[in-house]
Amino acid sequence: MSAASIFIIAAVAALLGIAAGYWLPPHGRRPSRNRPRPVRRILLPFTGQAISRRSFEAAVRLAKAENATVMPAFLARVPMDLPLESALPVQCSSGMPLLEAIEQRLSSQGIPVECRVGRGRSARDALRKLLEQEQFDRIIVSADEDPHVGLSYDDLRWLLDRVPAEIMILRPAPEDTRRISANAVSGHF
Amino acid sequence: MTGEADPLTPPTATAHASQRRGHLKVFLGMAAGVGKTYFMLLEGHAEQEAGRDVVIGLLETHGRAETARMAEGLPMLPRMRVTYRHTVLEEMDLTAILRRAPELCLIDELAHTNAPGSEHTKRYEDVEEVLAAGIDVISTLNVQHLESLNDQVTELSGIRVRETIPDAVLGRADEIELIDLTPHALLDRLRDGKIYPAERIDAALNNFFKIENLSALREVALRQVATEVGAKRLSTELVGSREETLAADAPQAVGERLLALVEPYPGAQRLVRRAWRSSQRLGAELDLLWVRRPGQKLSDDHERSLIALRQLASVLGARMIEEESDDVVATIVDVAARRGSTYILIGRSRPARGLARLRVPLPQRLMERLPGVDVRIVADRSSRSSVEKP
Repeated sequence: MSAASIFIIAAVAALLGIAAGYWLPPHGRRPSRNRPRPVRRILLPFTGQAISRRSFEAAVRLAKAENATVMPAFLARVPMDLPLESALPVQCSSGMPLLEAIEQRLSSQGIPVECRVGRGRSARDALRKLLEQEQFDRIIVSADEDPHVGLSYDDLRWLLDRVPAEIMILRPAPEDTRRISANAVSGHF
Repeated sequence: MTGEADPLTPPTATAHASQRRGHLKVFLGMAAGVGKTYFMLLEGHAEQEAGRDVVIGLLETHGRAETARMAEGLPMLPRMRVTYRHTVLEEMDLTAILRRAPELCLIDELAHTNAPGSEHTKRYEDVEEVLAAGIDVISTLNVQHLESLNDQVTELSGIRVRETIPDAVLGRADEIELIDLTPHALLDRLRDGKIYPAERIDAALNNFFKIENLSALREVALRQVATEVGAKRLSTELVGSREETLAADAPQAVGERLLALVEPYPGAQRLVRRAWRSSQRLGAELDLLWVRRPGQKLSDDHERSLIALRQLASVLGARMIEEESDDVVATIVDVAARRGSTYILIGRSRPARGLARLRVPLPQRLMERLPGVDVRIVADRSSRSSVEKP
């Protein structure tokens, strides 16, 4: 075999290698095209420093069954003496670690997750603004929340009346004492 | 220069009955010649006109005519003479100040080291004694004399300052006033002979008084004052309208500034949350930067993620910067320089494909282009959790 042939073969092999390198991500296969893309979106709103474990588990079950994305949303309340666009560092100091904890738990179970933050004069106002911006297929709320902290019964009624999504309201139960709080964040946050 | 009244005779009407600790005010500057002593004397005059008993305990005019003129009308205590190795040195007379017991004493150059044989090694120790006697003190200090900044200043200017004072001395000051002057204005003053005599001007211009030195020192001085203010900043952990108002209004220290590089995809929120937590711990401001390729079209999902990112930035009080460019690294470098970023946080990169694998990774390129800026790669916790599971 002549030197020219060897050179041509080497050049072709190199080109094939580059092409393969371009198309294939390193250390893995290309994602399967047959894998269904999550289309349903489940909103999991919360206001306090913890969420009911039952709400979380319900969101996980539904997300797995429906191949859905869970969207935990922290609803921040803007005090009346502040502009509506104000930064809310004090509330965020409890809301962000909880969002992190929820996201970590969902991700570790293989559930697609997208976090949101809503802001309004009340929890309902924050939720309303969030629902104006985006559409959700399901909303999971727990009725066991302290009405002074989370969504009141009046807010739940408003949700049922006005929001064009499937609303899942979890009735109060003794096991509601089991909660997920910011303490559940794994590692340094 | 000295006033008509005998400075050694305390006015009986102003004699101190109580032994409360005096109030310490420090005029802080980036370098000699910014006007610290001038402003100290100016304030002395104002206090005197307000009826207070003011005395100059120690003044260093460095031969500056306008400083000497400003001292006129304020009583000045004579200096103490100390003989050291057959040389007579002049130092502040602490005993005379305590005996005179004015309401306010002006003491220049807080970081000065006293001549051997003086009661205290350092002037700030003399000042402590004056304050303990219930006498208010106004003093002056250049930022390079602070112990903690000594190395940093040496690194910036190439000149090591030997006379240093513990940071706690400045920390105990009731009031710090920064005398700020632009480097150009300071150089003009130097060239006009307002800082050093003519024969020293050229040497000063060629050594310490370089524009880059002065700019760096100015920044250090500004940061130092911001840090002192930050340390005294009101903090609150309560949720509620009043507390939220206070927290929102509380000034942020400008010592550190974080820049988080984001893209409109769901995982970016985790990076932003972690960057925000770091910024809270550092008392720093947070900027978010998204470099968008020219003409880049976003899918609906990405558009929603972008809106969510903006909303998150707004709630957290971070500034969202969106730049359009083909050159990501150059844009990051430009924004970091413009915003004075001291930390850059980036998420885990997506796996490179094809020829992109041959390129130097982004963090390394940033570290090369931004010396002195920390680059931090934020881990993907969710991946780690799944790896850790048996």
